[in-house]
Amino acid sequence: MGFGALFLRDLRLVWRRPGDVAVVLAFFVVATVLFPLGIGPESNLLARIAAGVLWAAALFASMLSLDRLFAADYEDGALDLLLLAPWPLELAALAKCAAHWVVTGLPLAVLAPLIGGAFGLDDRSLLVLVLTLLVGTPALSLIGGLAAALTLGARRSGALLALLALPLCVPTLIFGASAIEATATGEGFWVHLAILGALALMSLATLPWAIAAALRQAGE
Amino acid sequence: MADLHFLANPARFRRFSQRVLPALWLVTALALVIGLYWSLVIAPPDYQQGDTVRIMFLHVPSASLAMAGYLLLAALGASLLVWRHPLAALMARATAPVGATYAAVCLITGSLWGRPMWGTYWVWDARLTSFLLLFFLYLGHIALSRAYDDSERGDRAAAILAVVGAINVPIIKFSVDWWNTLHQPASIMRLDGPSIDPSLLWPLLWMMGALALLFVALVLMRTETEIDRRRLEIAENQD
Repeated sequence: MGFGALFLRDLRLVWRRPGDVAVVLAFFVVATVLFPLGIGPESNLLARIAAGVLWAAALFASMLSLDRLFAADYEDGALDLLLLAPWPLELAALAKCAAHWVVTGLPLAVLAPLIGGAFGLDDRSLLVLVLTLLVGTPALSLIGGLAAALTLGARRSGALLALLALPLCVPTLIFGASAIEATATGEGFWVHLAILGALALMSLATLPWAIAAALRQAGE
Repeated sequence: MADLHFLANPARFRRFSQRVLPALWLVTALALVIGLYWSLVIAPPDYQQGDTVRIMFLHVPSASLAMAGYLLLAALGASLLVWRHPLAALMARATAPVGATYAAVCLITGSLWGRPMWGTYWVWDARLTSFLLLFFLYLGHIALSRAYDDSERGDRAAAILAVVGAINVPIIKFSVDWWNTLHQPASIMRLDGPSIDPSLLWPLLWMMGALALLFVALVLMRTETEIDRRRLEIAENQD
């Protein structure tokens, strides 16, 4: 009950201000479009770097929206109520991260194949791109959620958040991009996808507790 | 464990470290002088690498100690979160910059060693890359612990980060290894095999010990400073 209520509340808040999501998606598109402009329109080269560019851009885009994840609740006192609520704070943390994933990870996975197609990825690679983003972005939301909770009320929290989260996101980035690369070279992508899934599940099993611990010390 | 709890009182710790530190500095200085003379003058040059092999005597120990330092940071973080040891927070604050410096020394000496050996200052080798990420984890810890006006909040946030980071270090290492083998299967950048000549191994182990002593001495000294600084902060707030 608490989980569902919080999850729906966060979605409703985003629904009332859709601009916040649109900005993140626009950032993703603009950032990826800059690469062909910087590198040149050669299609072989673009197809070769597409996996890395799209994954790195997805990583940055999901970091971009994170600094408000807990900050609004922290400022208006809703976080104190969550701390007092009769259900586990871990579930509340999970609900917030799940809502963040629905409004960033999911749209990014829908949008990415359009850009991937423009980079010259073939159909099979595009399918794998969507799969890896669907499996991998929950881990990004959770890692970013931890960084957001740790930097609540800190000075320069935006830049700090990226510094904390990006090294921890490296495994997800590596296996997300390498799955697409493996498809392009004819290897199977299942191993990469399975490891990506394992990373996401491990984040799911451990990070809500870390996020809750961070929120508790922020609320003290 | 009982001793650890005994020293968890900052004032008691400070008395202890003030008694230990002068002797420790003396031993450290002696060990470093002997170790540097041994490794830079006495030890024979490598038959392939010549005198550049001497970089190893600084490079390898700083790498091991930087990794051990992160484990110490995680242990301190855990004991702050579990037992709320006031000293653990201060010691973590003291440890992180020392560990980051050791990591930086390792990266810098590694790149200076790489230039004559591999012909380039930097390659995206798995070990180099994962060490660079360890350095970033240190930087994140330092930045986070100092990002709050209320320093105790910074301590606790950084403690959580250190514990999560320590769990992630092996995963990062594994994934970077995988990434590297994907991109360049034959990696030539290794010390050849486990066999290292005793004439080089003994000074290496000695330097390892000397630099470990230096690490401990620096951490103790910086912890004392942190205790004093915290006292000043409290005194200031009381006015």
